[in-house]
Amino acid sequence: MSPKEMSRRDFIKLTTAATGGVMGVALGVPIVAYLIHPALREGSKEDWINIGNLKDMEVGKPFPFTFTRTRINGWERTSSSFGGFVIRKSETPEDLLILSSRCTHLACRVHWVDESGVFNCPCHDAQFGREGEVLNGPPPRPLDRYTDFKVDAEGNVSIFIEEG
Amino acid sequence: MHSILRSTLWKKVYDWLDERLGLQNLYAAVLDRPEPLGNWWNTLGSASAFLFLLQGATGIFLTVYYTPSPDHAYDSIQYIMEGVAFGWLIRGIHHWGATLMVLVVFIHMLRVFATASFKYPRELTWIVGIGLLLLTLGMGFTGYLLPWNQRAFWATTVGTEIAGSVPFIGDFILKALRGGPDLSALTLQRFFAAHIWMLPALMAALIGVHLYLVVRHGESAHPDPED
Repeated sequence: MSPKEMSRRDFIKLTTAATGGVMGVALGVPIVAYLIHPALREGSKEDWINIGNLKDMEVGKPFPFTFTRTRINGWERTSSSFGGFVIRKSETPEDLLILSSRCTHLACRVHWVDESGVFNCPCHDAQFGREGEVLNGPPPRPLDRYTDFKVDAEGNVSIFIEEG
Repeated sequence: MHSILRSTLWKKVYDWLDERLGLQNLYAAVLDRPEPLGNWWNTLGSASAFLFLLQGATGIFLTVYYTPSPDHAYDSIQYIMEGVAFGWLIRGIHHWGATLMVLVVFIHMLRVFATASFKYPRELTWIVGIGLLLLTLGMGFTGYLLPWNQRAFWATTVGTEIAGSVPFIGDFILKALRGGPDLSALTLQRFFAAHIWMLPALMAALIGVHLYLVVRHGESAHPDPED
């Protein structure tokens, strides 16, 4: 039978297959995109975080700061808190030492004790000096430092964060 | 030469399968069977089956992101609608497909009634079909709770209270549906289980019986003035 004389039956078969094909593609492509979408998502973005202004920071006295980072995965949000101290070594704006307040032993928060001039960890009574060096107790290494920081014209101090 | 080789290869594969599976008989019985003179109303059964498959497919894909917990059900659906590529489409098809399926199945029943197709020897087909209609409504009822929004919550509160108004055993029915005296996390979880496992499994089984009976008896002719 030549194409001009296509039977009613063959016509129905052909249109059914064609319609089915169109519907299959119209649904199949979105479904693949739907399934792989989370896999194409970018990870958490690195960011500059403002942690305070120089005018609030006395030279030689550790200035405490905290900030929170939030990760969002689907409908789940996970917030993590971070903190540390800015120590101005001199009046020069860039002459800063920025320490993390996370104890290197078991990650408790250290705090500054003004009278004795040390950072104290409440969990195991560890002590760190004003440069973050270990003076006493179980910590295996000095306090971590935020080395990637900048100070703008108004004196705002920011640190660069990649994690979380 | 090459294409001939390929076509004979395919033919060999097909023949091998056909010999064992009876594909030709299956095709003839399901898709090439003789039909009495009908009209578009006779296609509603196939439309119902198609909608069942469509609901099954979109439903399976929805479970990739949906979570049946009171804490996250609503958020996960918000995420499907706004966060995932084409989530709105998958859920939209499931949502409107559900409404359409109730409508199509119901009109299918009306057509069978109007053309008196439920009579001997097709009584069992009709009875199984009624079961399928009820299961379709059950799917609608259980699915309605899953978004866990105000409308879902109160519709299910009222719906289960209606079930609870049955004399003597009403209180037990209400508690069995809710998984306790209150609408709770247990209600959401058991409605989800019913919606994606129990009711679809029952429906698939009954659709199998229904289709077997349709193939076995063939479709009934529309009654004419002499009947």
